[in-house]
Amino acid sequence: MKRPTRCVSSKPPRLWFILAALAVSIVLAGLLSPFASRSPDGLERVAADKGFIEKGEGGAVWKWTLIPDYELPGIKNGSISTASAGIIGTLAVFGGAYGIARILKRKRTRRLEQ
Amino acid sequence: MHIPDGFVSGPVNAAGYLVSAGVAGLALARANKSLEDHQVPLLGVTAAFVFAAQMVNFPVAAGTSGHFLGALLAAVLLGPLNACLVMAVVLTIQCLLFADGGLTALGVNVFNMGIVGGGLAYMVFAAIRRVLPKTTWCFLFSAGVAAWISVVAGSAACAIELAVSGTVPMRIALPAMAGVHALIGIGEVIVTIGTLSAVLASRPDLVQAWSGVTGIAVASEAKA
Repeated sequence: MKRPTRCVSSKPPRLWFILAALAVSIVLAGLLSPFASRSPDGLERVAADKGFIEKGEGGAVWKWTLIPDYELPGIKNGSISTASAGIIGTLAVFGGAYGIARILKRKRTRRLEQ
Repeated sequence: MHIPDGFVSGPVNAAGYLVSAGVAGLALARANKSLEDHQVPLLGVTAAFVFAAQMVNFPVAAGTSGHFLGALLAAVLLGPLNACLVMAVVLTIQCLLFADGGLTALGVNVFNMGIVGGGLAYMVFAAIRRVLPKTTWCFLFSAGVAAWISVVAGSAACAIELAVSGTVPMRIALPAMAGVHALIGIGEVIVTIGTLSAVLASRPDLVQAWSGVTGIAVASEAKA
């Protein structure tokens, strides 16, 4: 082993920091997202102005999108629909990234124990 | 700047997948070797924050909006390779769950926003950081400059891909994309500096680019 100190882990962060950061994210996605600007973003604006927006209108290749355009289907109220989509997405992304990091970490721990 | 299906040609998309997969593989291998305990939940929560903040589009000019990118912030918090992982997770979920960004363009999107916006911009951050005094203000200044560059450089990469694909000529795409994103980049600077100062004020040891300089992580490792 080259650098054994790297394997000695520093103290885990206070749980409250992670929870607070997650809470901020959920507030952003759940409370602020309905108030987000609906205007086209930079690329969409350029595509519309420069006349190539229709190239993207052939539809998405991936057809199994559960929450297209950040609107949870079946909810009539647009704000609630966007807010729920945001909260679901935030938790999904957290789970995905946390899961990958956890798996990588556990594989190493196991290797070190052998 | 999430590219949808159809904007970029097959060869460009293939090249995007190739490069992004290579860097993602490198990032996974690196994380597998050196990811630390405290970084595991931090990786998750950084990805969650980037996703959530990306949902809040802000108006930049008449009839145009922009949103936070977050790649440089992730790179400063976790290191550039982990930032590429974070951006890849965010972009993949945006693509598959929300139809934001095309599946064929996922490779170029990870390249533009993760590798250029996170990795390349981090090098700019590190270079500025090296020549400035090691103070909090200079740290935040370096991050701010690099955050602006991350958005403009990512959009320039996007313009180049559009031009190479024959979608729109370079002389039209490049100034248009860089121009709009120069404005969006101002929002990026504000959110990046604001978030970094909040994290530095509460848990500076969690900011990899900061603790590496001040030795906070080394100290806590020695204690452990």
